[in-house]
Amino acid sequence: MKDKTLKGCCLGIESTADDFSVGITTFDGKILANVIDAYVPPEGGIHPREAARHHSEVAAKVLEEAFTQSGKKPKDLSIISFSQGPGLGPCLRTGATVARALASYLEIPLVGVNHCIAHIEIGKLRTGAANPVTLYVSGGNTMVVAFEAGRYRVFGETLDIALGNCLDVFAREAGLHQKPGLPFGAVIEKLARDGKKLIPLPYTVKGMDLSLSGLLTAITALLEKGHYKLEDLCYSLQETAFSMVTEVTERALAHTEKKELLLTGGVAANKKLQSMIKAVADEHDARFDAVQTQFAIDNGAMIAWTGALAYTNGTVTPVEKSFVKLRWRVEEVEIPWMK
Amino acid sequence: MDEVNSPLLIRKGAEANLYLADWHGRRVVLKKRLPKEYRHVTLDEQIRTYRTVHESQLMHEAKEAGVPTPKIFLIDVKNTTIIMEFIEGKQIKLLLNDLSEIERRNLCFGIGQLIAKLHKKGVIHGDLTTSNMIMNANGKVFFVDFGLGEKSEELEARGVDLHLMKRALESTHYQFAESCYKSVIDGYGSLLSSKELQNILEKIKEIERRGRYVAERRPQVSA
Repeated sequence: MKDKTLKGCCLGIESTADDFSVGITTFDGKILANVIDAYVPPEGGIHPREAARHHSEVAAKVLEEAFTQSGKKPKDLSIISFSQGPGLGPCLRTGATVARALASYLEIPLVGVNHCIAHIEIGKLRTGAANPVTLYVSGGNTMVVAFEAGRYRVFGETLDIALGNCLDVFAREAGLHQKPGLPFGAVIEKLARDGKKLIPLPYTVKGMDLSLSGLLTAITALLEKGHYKLEDLCYSLQETAFSMVTEVTERALAHTEKKELLLTGGVAANKKLQSMIKAVADEHDARFDAVQTQFAIDNGAMIAWTGALAYTNGTVTPVEKSFVKLRWRVEEVEIPWMK
Repeated sequence: MDEVNSPLLIRKGAEANLYLADWHGRRVVLKKRLPKEYRHVTLDEQIRTYRTVHESQLMHEAKEAGVPTPKIFLIDVKNTTIIMEFIEGKQIKLLLNDLSEIERRNLCFGIGQLIAKLHKKGVIHGDLTTSNMIMNANGKVFFVDFGLGEKSEELEARGVDLHLMKRALESTHYQFAESCYKSVIDGYGSLLSSKELQNILEKIKEIERRGRYVAERRPQVSA
């Protein structure tokens, strides 16, 4: 059993939101494949059912590509892991269905993985960070997480909407367009570079938590009034929202006194945010790492790798217990591979 | 400010540095909000000035409400610095783990009563954590760090304040967060009518449902 584990591979399926992705890793952390297929809605936000339909349509193609990329065959797999939550129900269920089918057909174990923890673990693997404070900012999540006493604990988080969500909604209200490879966040970042005027906006930090919904309401109202240049609005939105996120990150870093700071999630690609978080790390003599985009956005490799870690430490998810968990918090998961 | 002698950095916080110093023969704490390199200069100055002034006002009002806070000696707005009394004691964060269950329960009950006194006076602390509470040698509990506080009579603000206390207990004292929080609420409720307590508890639930990925939000759907 142990020999097989060490030799084999782990295939991970990610489908919590708009991305369907398959990754293949070894049990010692080599990434052999990471194929991501993003669903871009023709207009508006992500409709969970439409995203799920996209996932089921591309699943076979993405799987095939992952096998080609890795040079592996289904018989080389030792386990199948999948993103069990948190996320959008229909999307999660599509990925889970594919995972269950594969595991049953190949008669190998199934491992359910917490999506947020997978982001942290792949970040650690790719950057070499051992025990960081992690800022995870994406379309669905905004949280500051650090390991304490057997589990990852949330030291700060949004009380309402996620940072990426805030940026996306503003971009749509402003009539901006995104395309594959150029998400709304990148469009805003580009416009913000030409902004000069800092427009006063609500700045809401509550303890280690923050609130972004008031900021979004205020900037949307200003947009409708039409008194300000779009570049200045984007600039002010970034300055204000990122300052809030950076402040709560600094609070968690000062509180935990850890010496590594990891930035991940889709919004981690933003250079302005990177420079702000790096400034905080420097101030507290902590090492700063931003996870590379292909491993910072939702991806299958992170699910495969975290599945490998969990399985090596005795976690298996029987099919009858593999129901998806839409609101699965990181604190609920024990992390036996961290000491 | 000139009369401050031999300041010694005792804590490098996220927001401010604390120095222990001599000032006119007294041992005082200097709380200095330093510029944040990551923030836009204008935004940074606004935030630091606002918090320096506001914190001092709220500490004063807390005292009037019967909640011990350090005495303020000087507010230097230009240098975003407050000179205040040095409270010799221990952070509740460091005490809590060494107490017996009954001692812990009594302490948390008392903390809950202090929070109720603040709220009744319209003071929202804004950062209720066990690091921001200090017990002196006589067992008196002081609240510090009102920098994120506000004046508000609203149920929403009070609810968030208590929710933050719960979150702080969960992240720092996960072993007994639940029983501590229950004692805090018992203490808080002991100074309120049962109707008032019921209103605030319902508000806290509503606030928690607004969060991301919380079990309280809706019944778990599975497939």
